[in-house]
Amino acid sequence: MEASKVIHAIYTDDDVLMSAVKTVKAEKYHIEEIYTPFPVHGLDKAMGLAPTRLAITAFLYGCVGITVATVMMNFIMIQDWPQDIGGKPSFSYLENMPAFVPIMFELTVFFAAHLMVITFYLRSRMWPFKKAENPDPRTTDDHFLMEIAVHNNEESLTNLLKNTGAVEINIVNKDEDAH
Amino acid sequence: MEYKISNRLRTGAFILMILGALGVGYGFMDAYSVNEGNITEFLANEDHHGAEHATESHGEEHNVSAAHAEEGHAEEAHDAEAEAEGHEMTHEEHVLHQLHNRPYAALYVAAFFFFMISLGVLAFYAIQYAAQAGWSPVLFRVMEGITSYVLPGGLLVLAVAFIADSHIFIWMDENVVANDTIIQNKESWLNKPWFFIRGLIFLAGWSLYRHFSRKFSVAQDNADVNDNTYFKKNFRIAAGFLVFYIYTESMMSWDWIMSVDPHWFSTLFGWYVFASMFVSGITVIALITIFLKSKGLLSFVNDSHIHDLAKFMFGISIFWTYLWFSQFMLIWYANIPEEVTYFVTRIEDYNLPFFGMVALNFLFPLLLLMNSDYKRIPWFVVMAGIVILFGHYIDIFNMIMPATVGDRWFIGIPEIGSILLFGGLFMLIVFTSLGKYPLLAKGNPFIKESEHFHY
Repeated sequence: MEASKVIHAIYTDDDVLMSAVKTVKAEKYHIEEIYTPFPVHGLDKAMGLAPTRLAITAFLYGCVGITVATVMMNFIMIQDWPQDIGGKPSFSYLENMPAFVPIMFELTVFFAAHLMVITFYLRSRMWPFKKAENPDPRTTDDHFLMEIAVHNNEESLTNLLKNTGAVEINIVNKDEDAH
Repeated sequence: MEYKISNRLRTGAFILMILGALGVGYGFMDAYSVNEGNITEFLANEDHHGAEHATESHGEEHNVSAAHAEEGHAEEAHDAEAEAEGHEMTHEEHVLHQLHNRPYAALYVAAFFFFMISLGVLAFYAIQYAAQAGWSPVLFRVMEGITSYVLPGGLLVLAVAFIADSHIFIWMDENVVANDTIIQNKESWLNKPWFFIRGLIFLAGWSLYRHFSRKFSVAQDNADVNDNTYFKKNFRIAAGFLVFYIYTESMMSWDWIMSVDPHWFSTLFGWYVFASMFVSGITVIALITIFLKSKGLLSFVNDSHIHDLAKFMFGISIFWTYLWFSQFMLIWYANIPEEVTYFVTRIEDYNLPFFGMVALNFLFPLLLLMNSDYKRIPWFVVMAGIVILFGHYIDIFNMIMPATVGDRWFIGIPEIGSILLFGGLFMLIVFTSLGKYPLLAKGNPFIKESEHFHY
């Protein structure tokens, strides 16, 4: 297996990190990944990441939820066994709809919320017993780490990153199979 | 950023008011062209047309159901009136009352609609102060402009109520009260002098807050940079006002709206009316902001401010729907006769406006304003805003009309005339007031944050 080299530039301040990202982007280097201990506002924009489509999936899941609720209650309460329960009109779904709305609402929210969370876990590859992918434990506390792939340009890249205010620069051999 | 009401806008407002006044005048003439003398003839003509239409289009079945509805309507919908006069009122008298009530009710609905917009804005404005919101101070002058209509608008609502008298508030008719024990039991609250005194107290409280808040806001502009005394004063009176407002708004909704159906009551009615005025108010802030921005007068207002206003329009529309549905569903579910007549008349006689407004006030804003990107596009917000405002006019229409004109409703010349009349006046007062002070409240300690607000 070919071992590729990456450079790990470590920062201790999110503002310095932001300006470093802008410099690196301006120099047209491709940033592989950035590890931060907390969300840095505007980092995704600076890195040029595509906006998330999670909200769109949530809307679609909500549509599924309201359909499930409607079909379920229409079958149970109206089609299968239309009993007279306390004088509520069970002749058609529409006639008895106000009584169904609380469940329609809750199932819409339930589907939208839970399926969206599951989608998030799948897309971010998160599950129990998953091996942590953290290159440096300090990035969960107070350090910020930028990872850039090296393609025979070690020196210029190192110099550039030093100038951006990195407190530590490591060149790491990254085995593709390792994770 | 100075703004002066343009001559074109002023002329436009006057034209609206004149057209509106003509429409209202025509409404009264038309309504009173039917009187005791020719009511029988009028009804005969109507029945003839109705019957002919029914047999032509739907055959016998429709006729039967129409007759049934008429019967049900006479019994249920107007039992307030009928019972009140000991079931002595004839059909002719009953119809005559409804016909004569219509122009008054149309005037009242429009007067209240425009008044509630400015009151809703006043509440929103006070909340922004009390919460020390960092995003909204750039919009304060727009809000102050809109709230200038609170006092004149409120006085007009009371004036229409005074002139309309028992045409809208059946409990103001002594003959009715004499024969109606239910209203008699409510007389300690529902009597004419106390009604108008209460109205004036509410109005005094609201407009005093409005007066001082505007005064302090302008004074803060001219104060020293390090002197936030006026801002602090505004903060304190805003908190006080909000307490006063939430009580008086609730009572106002019982008085000015719920008492048109004096036999009916609902506990969350005050909140429901509040949601309606709040969302209409926020919508008008957004519309006027977009209008002024399109003139290049609000360069400090950015997409994010519009986005926030649109989020409020979206959220409060859903809040309104929540209250509307809670009120409707609880009454529908329990189906207690004394409560349910309210919705029976609305579903039978006002089917389209009653359910149509749910589409206008809920489905449209829900689908139009859900997308984050759309909330930043001015024309999109304007479209949604127009739908919301129309929806909330219909909402007020649905509150007042069934109790006054029953099934003889129509959105015709008297209604549109009233909207034009009060709409023109609203425009004139609001835009004149907007021109009085600079559009940026530069003394506000949060103004820098607000100018750089970014979502």
